Amino acid sequence: MLIDWFTVIAQACNFLILVWLMKHFLYQPILHAIDEREKKIATELTNAEQKKAEAQKESDEFKHKNEKFDQERAALLSKATEEAQAERKRLLEEAQSAAAALTLKRQETLKKDEANLHQSIVRRTQQEVFAIARKTLTDLAETSLEERMINVFIRRLHEARLALTSGPMIVRTCFDLPSAQQAAIKDILGSEIDTQFETIPDLISGIELTSNGQKVAWSISDYLTLLEKGVNQDGIESSI
Amino acid sequence: MQLSPDETLFWKYSFLKLNATIVFTWAVMFILAVGSKIITRNLSTTLERSHWQNLLEIIVTGIEKQIEEVGLSNPHKYLGFLGTLFLFVAVSTLCTIIPGFEPPTGSLSTTAALALCVFIAVPFFGIEEQGLREYLKSYVKPTFIMLPFNIISEISRTLALAVRLFGNMMSGAMIIAILLTITPFIFPIIMTVLGLLTGMVQAYIFSILAAVYIAAATRVRKAKEIKS
Repeated sequence: MLIDWFTVIAQACNFLILVWLMKHFLYQPILHAIDEREKKIATELTNAEQKKAEAQKESDEFKHKNEKFDQERAALLSKATEEAQAERKRLLEEAQSAAAALTLKRQETLKKDEANLHQSIVRRTQQEVFAIARKTLTDLAETSLEERMINVFIRRLHEARLALTSGPMIVRTCFDLPSAQQAAIKDILGSEIDTQFETIPDLISGIELTSNGQKVAWSISDYLTLLEKGVNQDGIESSI
Repeated sequence: MQLSPDETLFWKYSFLKLNATIVFTWAVMFILAVGSKIITRNLSTTLERSHWQNLLEIIVTGIEKQIEEVGLSNPHKYLGFLGTLFLFVAVSTLCTIIPGFEPPTGSLSTTAALALCVFIAVPFFGIEEQGLREYLKSYVKPTFIMLPFNIISEISRTLALAVRLFGNMMSGAMIIAILLTITPFIFPIIMTVLGLLTGMVQAYIFSILAAVYIAAATRVRKAKEIKS
């Protein structure tokens, strides 16, 4: 008989004991170690995932901040550029307006100076010209010239046919009038009118008839005065 | 010539006896238990671990994976029984390279004991999984007529388990013994290597068949759960 039943039972018992031994010495420790390792790995993986997520979050946050910073910087730069440009424009305008004002002022000053100088030159020239003219005419003034002048005066007076007033008349001359000429003037004016004769050297060869605010005159001094007035008027107009 | 190590008796008292089968079984148990204890004494739970720990982890996880592939969804539960079956038969085969060692699996008493354990474990796990009533119902499926055939199937497959393992292991040992007498050099070594291979295959077949039987006994309830 190949089967020994005692051995069968003994081997069955041995096998069950072996199962128990293997459970306690092999499977449980090994499985426990594997489980522990898997847990550790899972924990490490979870931590790694968390860290990765945190790192990703921080990276995103950093990127976001960077972008925001860039935008702010660009905005600030743009604003600063605009402000600088505006300030530059304003300063430029100010400088231009100041320069223009200065130029205008300078031009005005120059014009004024020019006008003053011109006036001064004109005045001086006038004065010199008139002085020379006066001196020349004074030097040339003689009785014969006076006589001719009185004659011209009488002719003009005759031509003018003035409505003479009844008041006294004053005749001013540079030199004393000869009696013939005084009589000729009295004839023209009329004997009923009181005629007075005065001698004024400033007239420079001339005669002047004055009565109640009316005046009829012919003298080189008047011509010179008119010329002076005309020259002065031209000078003012040219300076303006 | 002895067909079984049962015939080698070391001690006997009444019906109690200490034969080579039991002694070599204790030796295998000692190697397995002490070896496991020594290796698992300082287990590392980090990524750094010893080669022996690696080996044991590979074996244990490999067995677990095989059990899962057979169809048992909770391999932890069956690992103790099925894993020990595999390891016992495999280590018994491996030890045949030790001169003078006779594998206990070469004894029909041992294979019968193992088959008996499987014969008891199948209804044990089946009843535990689906309850006594449901488990017994599986014997009358698909019809009541199938009851005797199912019972015969249970007994015959248990017998087949025992005889298959015994036949393979015993024949291997016998061939080596015969070859030793005819050609004592080279051929016995080749046959020992072949015996190692067949022994490993038998260990795998024995444990896988046990797993399949247990899976068949526990599957009905799972099928119902899937349907519901």
